[in-house]
Amino acid sequence: MAETVLETEGLTMRFGGVVAVDNVSLKLKARELRCLIGPNGAGKSTCFKCLCGLLTPTEGRVFLRGEETTGWEPHQIASLGVGIKMQVSSVMDGLSVHENIWMAARRFNDTDAARRKADEVIERLALGAITRAELGRLAHGERQRVELGIVLAADPWLVLLDEPAAGMTGEEVERMGDVIREMTSTAAVVIVEHDMQFIRSLASTVTVFHRGRVLMEDHVDRVMADPVVRDVYLGKQA
Amino acid sequence: MVGAAHKDFALIVILGVVLILGLPLMVDTHVLTLLIAYGMLALSLGLIWGFGGVLCFGQAAFFGLGAYTFAVAGINFNESTLPLILAVLVPAGFALVLGALMFYGRLGDVYLAVITLVVSLILFRWINSTAGPDYTIGAARLGGFNGIPGFPILNVPGRPDLMIWGETLYFVAAVSLLIVFLLVTWLLRSSFGRIAVGIRENEERVSLLGFDIRARKTVLFAIGAAIAGLAGAFYATWAEVVTPTLFSLQQSAEIIIWCIVGGLGTRFGPILGAGVLAYLKFALGQQNMIDNMFVLGLVLVLFVLFLPRGLAPELARGWHWITGARRKPTRRNHAPRAEVSNG
Repeated sequence: MAETVLETEGLTMRFGGVVAVDNVSLKLKARELRCLIGPNGAGKSTCFKCLCGLLTPTEGRVFLRGEETTGWEPHQIASLGVGIKMQVSSVMDGLSVHENIWMAARRFNDTDAARRKADEVIERLALGAITRAELGRLAHGERQRVELGIVLAADPWLVLLDEPAAGMTGEEVERMGDVIREMTSTAAVVIVEHDMQFIRSLASTVTVFHRGRVLMEDHVDRVMADPVVRDVYLGKQA
Repeated sequence: MVGAAHKDFALIVILGVVLILGLPLMVDTHVLTLLIAYGMLALSLGLIWGFGGVLCFGQAAFFGLGAYTFAVAGINFNESTLPLILAVLVPAGFALVLGALMFYGRLGDVYLAVITLVVSLILFRWINSTAGPDYTIGAARLGGFNGIPGFPILNVPGRPDLMIWGETLYFVAAVSLLIVFLLVTWLLRSSFGRIAVGIRENEERVSLLGFDIRARKTVLFAIGAAIAGLAGAFYATWAEVVTPTLFSLQQSAEIIIWCIVGGLGTRFGPILGAGVLAYLKFALGQQNMIDNMFVLGLVLVLFVLFLPRGLAPELARGWHWITGARRKPTRRNHAPRAEVSNG
């Protein structure tokens, strides 16, 4: 059986009186693809931020490959080999595509190896025509693709993606899906996503969040067919 | 890549030597030496602010610290080689501690500016209040508002009797600035420098790549302070006196204005800004019609309004325009468009 790469134990995050994430326990095996879904304010993104160290959970613990990482700094978690992409596309705007991806590869390689790695990733994502272009001048979809390249360049064994398909065209979403499926040959992938069509195309296990708690966890088709989930998404009382 | 680097370095050395030999034909070397000390000071802020994104409102603190260290250590050791080294190390060490407190404390940019400003004010007030025989470091009296006169000026290493002053000091200072400039160029080409620029662009992203930005910013801050300290030592040996005004708010503000006018995010810009504006101040200081701070303020406003990128980038653009458009910019403009049409 594949090893567990990500585990949370009773993860809870409170902001004052608001319980954004309430006693969430997740378990992810190596090379597993997992989508976190739920209506706005369900706690997906907060949970995501707790995983990558941007927030320190009020209670509960996070384990990555068996090592407790609760309260670690984001750079320490990333240093373990975790690739992270935030919801708002976050890249180094004033720098070229190549420099952006080089920097991600540089963390785990020396300068020259990082350059080769960046070249390789750029070819893989078909970014060749814009290698030297400044990120600030690129279209949204291209920026998202570059950010995916930044994640890939570090050769992660765990990838955390917050809404990777947001604001992309149909074709771009399709290409994004291909890249993500390819990622799962080497890494476990956690995706926070709204776009149900995209999630269905990935055909993965889905964890449904509602009011900070895990509502259910099952294959996407069974989750979609579930009347409670439908109610939650339509805003009815669950 | 390596070939291009060599070419760059060679070009800097050639241009540097031409400037070092050519400038004394136009401006008195005594004035030039001061401009070089200021240029080095501007480069120190240009490095941490323009490339590292750390806006330090108290860069003068490190300048003053370097100058005072040079003076105090000079009086105690009766020569200037060790004091020169200490004038680099003491501000760097101070910045390392101060930087660690600020960056590990996760202070935002605004608070960082305020704290560096307050620290230089505290130093200013404290140094001002050190009049009287009670305030001594070894054999050196700090001298309060009057400062410290009469310390040994720069000498040839190992030969305290061979002083470096006048025209020789100009050449020593100018070559030092050239060496510092080359070191900064090398630093910015290294992984450390490239990642520092990444931190300037997007701090959160770089930390999510697994780089410890707090440690990196602290080190960069200390490197900037080291350069400012060296500039302070050159100032001290030039002026042959150090006074608390080195720590003053006006001094810190001027450094920032030099960087903005010269061109932030360039290496040569801050040096150029310091040279032009400090010379302007020197020239205006010889008349009583207009207050020179007024002119400095006016220059800053005009630049922010009309040349926000500063002198150096505009000069570079003018140069490219004269020598004919280069290939690089056009390629940059076409590439994204080609990609869009592909879908």
